[in-house]
Amino acid sequence: MSRPRLVVVGNGMAGIRTVEELLKLTPDLYDITVFGDEPHPNYNRILLSSVLAGEQTTEGIVLNPRHWYAQHGITLHTGSPVVKIDRIRRRVESADGRTAAYDRLLIATGSRPFMLPVPGADLPGVIGFRNIADVQVMLEAADRYRNAVVIGGGLLGLEAANGLRQRGMQVSVVHIAPWLLERQLDEPAARLLQENLQARGLRFLLKRQTAALVAGESGRVCAVRFQDGECIPADLVVMAVGIRPNTTLAESAGLHCNRGIVVNDTLQSVTDPRVYAVGECVNHRGVTYGLVAPLFEQAKVCANHLARHGIARYTGSMLATRLKVTGIDLYSAGDFMGGEDCEEIVFRDAGRGVYKKLVLKDNRLVGSVLYGDSLDGAWYFELMRDGTDVSAYRERLVFGRQHLGDSGHGDEKNRVMSLPDSAEICGCNGVSKGAIVAAIRAKKLFTLDEVRAHTKASSSCGSCTGLVEALLAATVGGDYSAAPSKKPLCPCTEYTHEEVRKAILERQLKSIPEAMRALEWKTPDGCPKCRPALNYYLLCAWPGEYRDDTQSRFINERAHGNIQKDGSFSVVPRIWGGVVTPRELRAIADVAEKFKAAEVKITGGQRIDLFGIRKADLPAVWRDLSAAGFVSGHAYGKALRTVKTCVGSRWCRFGTQDSTGLGIRLEQATWGSWMPHKFKMAVSGCPRNCAEATIKDFGVVCVDSGYELHVGGNGGIKVRVTDLLCHVKTEAEVIEYACAFIQLYREEAHYLERTAPWVERVGLAHIKARVVEDADERRRLAERFRQAQEYAQNDPWRAHAEEIDAREFLPLATLV
Amino acid sequence: MNALHHDWLDIGHIDDIPRQGARVVAAPGGNIAVFRTVDDRVFALADRCPHRGGPLSQGIVHGHQVACPLHDWRIHLNTGLAVAPDEGCAARYPVRIDDGRIRLRLTPEDGCPNR
Ligand code: SRM
Ligand SMILES: Cc1cc2nc3c(=O)[nH]c(=O)nc-3n(C[C@H](O)[C@H](O)[C@H](O)COP(=O)(O)OP(=O)(O)OC[C@H]3O[C@@H](n4cnc5c(N)ncnc54)[C@H](O)[C@@H]3O)c2cc1C
Ligand code: SF4
Ligand code: FES
Repeated sequence: MSRPRLVVVGNGMAGIRTVEELLKLTPDLYDITVFGDEPHPNYNRILLSSVLAGEQTTEGIVLNPRHWYAQHGITLHTGSPVVKIDRIRRRVESADGRTAAYDRLLIATGSRPFMLPVPGADLPGVIGFRNIADVQVMLEAADRYRNAVVIGGGLLGLEAANGLRQRGMQVSVVHIAPWLLERQLDEPAARLLQENLQARGLRFLLKRQTAALVAGESGRVCAVRFQDGECIPADLVVMAVGIRPNTTLAESAGLHCNRGIVVNDTLQSVTDPRVYAVGECVNHRGVTYGLVAPLFEQAKVCANHLARHGIARYTGSMLATRLKVTGIDLYSAGDFMGGEDCEEIVFRDAGRGVYKKLVLKDNRLVGSVLYGDSLDGAWYFELMRDGTDVSAYRERLVFGRQHLGDSGHGDEKNRVMSLPDSAEICGCNGVSKGAIVAAIRAKKLFTLDEVRAHTKASSSCGSCTGLVEALLAATVGGDYSAAPSKKPLCPCTEYTHEEVRKAILERQLKSIPEAMRALEWKTPDGCPKCRPALNYYLLCAWPGEYRDDTQSRFINERAHGNIQKDGSFSVVPRIWGGVVTPRELRAIADVAEKFKAAEVKITGGQRIDLFGIRKADLPAVWRDLSAAGFVSGHAYGKALRTVKTCVGSRWCRFGTQDSTGLGIRLEQATWGSWMPHKFKMAVSGCPRNCAEATIKDFGVVCVDSGYELHVGGNGGIKVRVTDLLCHVKTEAEVIEYACAFIQLYREEAHYLERTAPWVERVGLAHIKARVVEDADERRRLAERFRQAQEYAQNDPWRAHAEEIDAREFLPLATLV
Repeated sequence: MNALHHDWLDIGHIDDIPRQGARVVAAPGGNIAVFRTVDDRVFALADRCPHRGGPLSQGIVHGHQVACPLHDWRIHLNTGLAVAPDEGCAARYPVRIDDGRIRLRLTPEDGCPNR
């Protein structure tokens, strides 16, 4: 049986990316034919700037060599522009007389440089900056001539000017606006940039309008004349004033175009659903994109539909750009000009050549411009995309993520580019800078996710993400951090955490399979990311009713112990508030000896950890610990961990309240509850704060007049000091506020989001409004928590010891 | 011993393994993980992750894959191969169901250097 035929017009970045994505999904569904206007296989257009500047070669930027096409059975016609699409007979025709019939057509013709309609624009020596041929013309000119003029002081123009200067030409940049990059920068930042470029030998002619290009005796361009009459010499003119979607072919085929081929969310032409289009030639929801990251997102969605999976939707992208001139660090994203209802935070350090502008709207970041120090670009981008409320750390925002705390990296971040190849970037997985750069090059990685998959860097604790992003940007050129405008819970679904939680409540979904069916899951039974999340969301939504799905829990929560690198487990009994009796210590010692614990360690959480316990012994260990009065410490769970306390007024000469007793009562009220992530508390008896309450999820600092309540702290990967929630007078209030805060966190946070990032995302104001300012709401939250606790506070250890399903712990068969 | 290796050994009933779960069989050459997927298929692999030897039997079973509990590598149950771009494989063992009984052979299938 013959396969359906897919014809691709345009052998560029978006088109071939779509083919790659398609091959990943279904390697041999189609007979594929690709037509390319250019004589080359698909290459990384972004790096043309680097080729021009002499930092790359044309061979070095090829993304898919010819043998790649052959390997995948793709027919490739290069140097063969398609000139006609016959939609009735479903055939395309190229200028050199080739034809190909299609069942599906993919148009990815990119865009063309816009050439100013001035006299002389068609002279030899006048070009745009778009493809290898343009670069070749520039390199030849650089060998033979002296004067180059670049018209347009945008990103592309500056990259061209810099490259030509590197090649030894005298370069003038003509720009119509009063300052460079007026769409990315405001005037002060642009001046810094201009000074830097002038120091490299570029000349700038601002506020000039080109009137004509003048021909010399040979017929080649020899000068540029401005409207004010002034003339400057020019042997080469590069027009970089903008691009236009390349829709001539699509229009002639009768496809609806309006500044781009108009497509729907599945990247199909609105005129003819057999025809798909991706890339710069497309108009999606009124927007035409000119950067690769969004185009690659389009490619992914388009491939999904071509593969007949039919689930993905493209809903638009947010954009970020970088100027690729070596030694200049410029990054901008979002709405950096701001508007009436926006506020700006500007940081300027002319001495160091650093300028940062952040645009805020309703306490959320909507745009950023970074000059001279752009390492936080990816972080700002994330804040923008997630719509994070930044009011809590607004005053520190401009100094970057590092100033919010970031253990393990500190200053290194600023030096990543100058680090030796052997420098370790990812401390969790031991991945060096050299290994990351090599993988990016060899495996053609374009996105953070790809680098994570291939190198494991940044895939564990994530604190090196900024460094990896910086390496990615430096290695492949532009900035690829742009991401879909909404972030699905995991690749199995299109829905976000919020959407899933809302649907569970509104549509009364009561089990994981039911939720997956109702929300059109793309996989039969989810993945290790979504199943535990769904299990938790259902548990939180339907306390007492939902039956926990053990198989959707990570092994630690399934076996109520922490798995260790050798497959054994560790056991941590709960030690209320850190207070023990000699009898209890003796019982733990007995268990340790009886079951041959390989090590006994006092943890950082004021309790005792027994290591090296065999899985088969766990039920017996629990039986003995239960008998001595212990319950599980949930050291393994997304649940309440410890409540650290100090001695407080019982003994300490400074203690103002009974911090130990309060800690115990808090722990007794809240243990057992499942949460989005682990949850830690502490109570300190006075502001000396020996229990470190101000880096806990919920911390209490006792003072003479009562209790200060603190929330959203974290002492882990990224240290975050708590925010002060409020001050209360009685212990009963402390417990009510704690329960209400926990319940709000349980109901609203994303699974695996600790309180620190959650508080940063939704904003302290939101939490205060529900927990502090609205007394009724606080009571309702606390009440819901107490109801849920009725079902949650049964010790898993005792339950297991009593009615244990030994099969989880014992071998199915022993054949030794 | 040899007989043991060539026989289809009865190791239990399919309902002894929870759906989307796994159980361990202690065998002379090391533990074998026997998985049961959501569609009631049964697979057997050496209980050693090709990454750093993590016990695959303790992972989350989803589709026809298991996620290793130690560092989250994904392993295809039908081939024992790590999901790309990770590389490596866990040895496969022949397993089948007769009338609800799980039968296992202790000679690993060919094709995996890690066996
Ligand atoms: C045992 C202990 C270390 C010790 O010997 O002292 C420990 C051990 C582990 N910690 Fe921890 N953490 C321990 C106190 C801490 C503390 C200190 C504290 O609680 O005061 C912190 C920083 C405070 C904080 O969380 O804000 C801490 C921050 C982490 C983090 C980073 C969390 C974050 O949000 O940044 C992880 C990783 C994670 O949870 O994803 C982690 C993860 C782990 C895991 C569970 C890693 C794992 O997945 O296997 C370790 C389990 C070992 C085991 O089998 O018990 N551990 N861990 C401590 C147990 C306390 C207890 O009694 O339960
Ligand atoms: C110098 C330069 C620097 C850039 N820097 C960055 C950057 O830093 N970051 C970033 O994100 N983006 C950057 N870009 C933009 C990025 O390269 C484009 O967004 C991307 O290449 C667009 O992909 P595309 O497939 O839509 O178009 P293209 O890559 O242009 O591919 C379209 C292809 O179709 C061919 N074609 C056109 N018509 C026909 C026809 N009728 N028949 C056959 N073939 C046809 C064209 O010849 C071309 O090869 C840069 C672009 C340039 C030129
Ligand atoms: S106990 Fe915590 S800090 Fe120590 S190695 Fe394990 S995760 Fe890292
Ligand atoms: S041992 Fe399995 S992922 Fe590391």
